[in-house]
Amino acid sequence: MNVASLSSLVFAGSVAAGFLGSLTGLGGGVVIVPLLTLAFGVDLHYAIGASLVSVIATSSGAAASYVRDGYSNVRIGLFLEIATTSGALLGASLVSRVPTSTIAIIFGAVLLYSAISSPPRDAVAKGGTPNTLAQWLRLNGSYPTAGGPTKYAVRRIPLGFATMVGAGTLSGLLGIGSGAMKVLAMDRAMGIPFKVSTTTSNFMIGVTAAASAGIYLARGYIDPGLAMPVMLGVLGGALLGARVLARARVRVLRNAFRGALLVLAAEMIYNGLVGKV
Amino acid sequence: MRDIDMDRMMGRLLQVGVLVAAAVVLLGGTGYLFRHYGEVPDYRHFHPVPLALDGLLEFRARSVIQLGVLLMIATPVLRVAFCIFAFAIERDWQYTVISAIVLCVLMYGIFGSH
Repeated sequence: MNVASLSSLVFAGSVAAGFLGSLTGLGGGVVIVPLLTLAFGVDLHYAIGASLVSVIATSSGAAASYVRDGYSNVRIGLFLEIATTSGALLGASLVSRVPTSTIAIIFGAVLLYSAISSPPRDAVAKGGTPNTLAQWLRLNGSYPTAGGPTKYAVRRIPLGFATMVGAGTLSGLLGIGSGAMKVLAMDRAMGIPFKVSTTTSNFMIGVTAAASAGIYLARGYIDPGLAMPVMLGVLGGALLGARVLARARVRVLRNAFRGALLVLAAEMIYNGLVGKV
Repeated sequence: MRDIDMDRMMGRLLQVGVLVAAAVVLLGGTGYLFRHYGEVPDYRHFHPVPLALDGLLEFRARSVIQLGVLLMIATPVLRVAFCIFAFAIERDWQYTVISAIVLCVLMYGIFGSH
């Protein structure tokens, strides 16, 4: 396939991935790697390189619309970025040491998790006992709700921090944002309200990805000709998705997207097992 | 400066950074398609792609895209640098240090691996 047709097909696929990812809240970056490797036969290294650049683009591009609402917590984000960026360096340096087929299987497992994990409910803030570490770090905050600003307390910080190192490692190893795992750490482990954890996680995704992007560039994983249609496509699709989000009925779409993720997960794992990647 | 004002400024900074980076990638991408549209690239086999910013002087399309990618990577890094500055103005030394640690890890990833 020549540059013109490959670029247009990859661009179209990336727009669809970014659009569906932002509309369903499941993230578009996670389908870019299977799309490139399975549909276009692209080498895994180039695929994760292009994907990682698009992850930085969507995270930073969406940030402005999120902060306007006052949900994200800068202190929680920065503190946990120590964990995610360190993990990202580890993950990115592992890419050249772990066999490609193993990376494909891990990727399939993460896809599987994204497909079946239920998004956390829009719960009210959980109280929790006062935590001295949270107080020392001043992580506790408040966020706007229908009944005025609601306070929340952060707990189990070491567990959340450790999970974030894991999320960062996966991000660096697979070229994804690993937003699902970041939200898991903040929502389930640390008891941070859903709206605060999703918006804060979105902030952190770009910084985490930037940590491994330097290593990707140095090792030559980022091919400009491939990264260009992926980055522009995912960014355009995500911005479009954010615009129609308010009007769309997303449940049917989300289930369809989950189904697609399941199929891609199975195919990635199969290809990894038979060594076809 | 209140936290929320800081958030807003950071959000704006990120948005401008992304738009500039995307514009540079689009510029380089247009040139790339124009010059190489008929070629058949080999993405099946991995050959490390060198960073060749010196090609900017002759307006090499792939170098222009690489510059855009670098600007995209720099955007969240700038955001962290901005945090150091903003927390230092507030005399919040604890978070000045935390932001500085994050920036050090980022710098290590960008420069330490070459």
